[in-house]
Amino acid sequence: MALMKDFTKGFWDLLPPFRLVLGLCPTLAVTTSAENGYGMGLATTFVLVGSNLLISLLRKVIPSKVRIAAFIVIIASFVVVVELLMQAYVFGLYQSLGIFIPLIVVNCIILGRAEAFAAKNGPLPSIMDGLGIGLGFTLSLFTLGAIREILGAGTLTLVAKAGLAFNIMGEGYEPFTFMVRAPGAFVCLGCLLAVINYVSVKLDERKRRAQS
Amino acid sequence: MSFGDYLLFIVGAILVNNILLAKFLGNCPFLGVSRRMDTATGMSMAVIFVMTMAGMTTWVVQYFLLVPLEIEYLQTIAFILVIAALVQLVEIVMQKTMPALYRALGIFLPLITTNCAVLGVAIINISSEYDFFDTLIFSFASALGYSLALVLFAGIRERYVLARIPKVFEGTAIGLVTAGFLALAFSGFAGLVGH
Repeated sequence: MALMKDFTKGFWDLLPPFRLVLGLCPTLAVTTSAENGYGMGLATTFVLVGSNLLISLLRKVIPSKVRIAAFIVIIASFVVVVELLMQAYVFGLYQSLGIFIPLIVVNCIILGRAEAFAAKNGPLPSIMDGLGIGLGFTLSLFTLGAIREILGAGTLTLVAKAGLAFNIMGEGYEPFTFMVRAPGAFVCLGCLLAVINYVSVKLDERKRRAQS
Repeated sequence: MSFGDYLLFIVGAILVNNILLAKFLGNCPFLGVSRRMDTATGMSMAVIFVMTMAGMTTWVVQYFLLVPLEIEYLQTIAFILVIAALVQLVEIVMQKTMPALYRALGIFLPLITTNCAVLGVAIINISSEYDFFDTLIFSFASALGYSLALVLFAGIRERYVLARIPKVFEGTAIGLVTAGFLALAFSGFAGLVGH
């Protein structure tokens, strides 16, 4: 039951990047399409689960004074693994994510979870935590990428390689290119954050009303 | 390159391809320290200092260590360690030799290790195959661009404290929307330098 809670908290209570305002750079930069969004999310999930597992196994061995340096080396190793894997198997995605793959190292979500969770908990809860937070992040990036792609290009690409792309807006749609450009990323993320805030305020109100 | 080319290169790095607003690097500290002008300027100074140093150091590491040993795939690990060590070193040296500057920048230095703009610029330097002098110029100009955006943004944020903001937009949400409009203003420079 506790394991399940470690897993599900990443989908709402700690949903990155909305609840944990961390990892904004990849969120803004790669979400020009839905495919890039979930690709980045899954790469981050892989690194997060791997580093959480290794850090929680080594948590009693690593001296607390040098723990940050040790965490960064562990995270960087997993980033190199994911970089080489993506280069070998999903080269198109590797090229479109570009510099943001090596930059997973400095994604503060991963170091944040290592410090706040994996360094204090056992391996199994740490895996669940990494998986939950990682998939929550993937979901957020996919949503943001889908909104920006639908408005900005009129299409929705799920798997470009397999031809799973849909023309949502129809032929006559004039693309709102602002959304896929840099300013659109900031404005769109800001608005999505406001929507999440609104929903959580409403949920809290309902909970309070149910109690009283 | 002639002097004119360098000038275009610098203007391009500061205004057109602004590292923060066009390339989305270093956004977490951008939103974190921009609530007040003095923290924004402190962070800017620290970024200019460390980014230039890190750009040069990682260039040397890449071409005198990783390439001769044929271990370029370790680039990510090597660079992040070099940057972390560099930040520590800068902190220690500064504490001894320039205590006034250290007091001003003190708390911002450790934060810089996780500023992805520093690692990002180091990687861009290598992937664009810049020589040492280009690296120096590009790192410094990118850092200047970062500081410009950060200081402008802090100025705007200090103003809208007085404005009435819808409740759900308070905090980070309105910050992001503001950053979007700042990015829109910066995208007006796009035609300044031909590609």
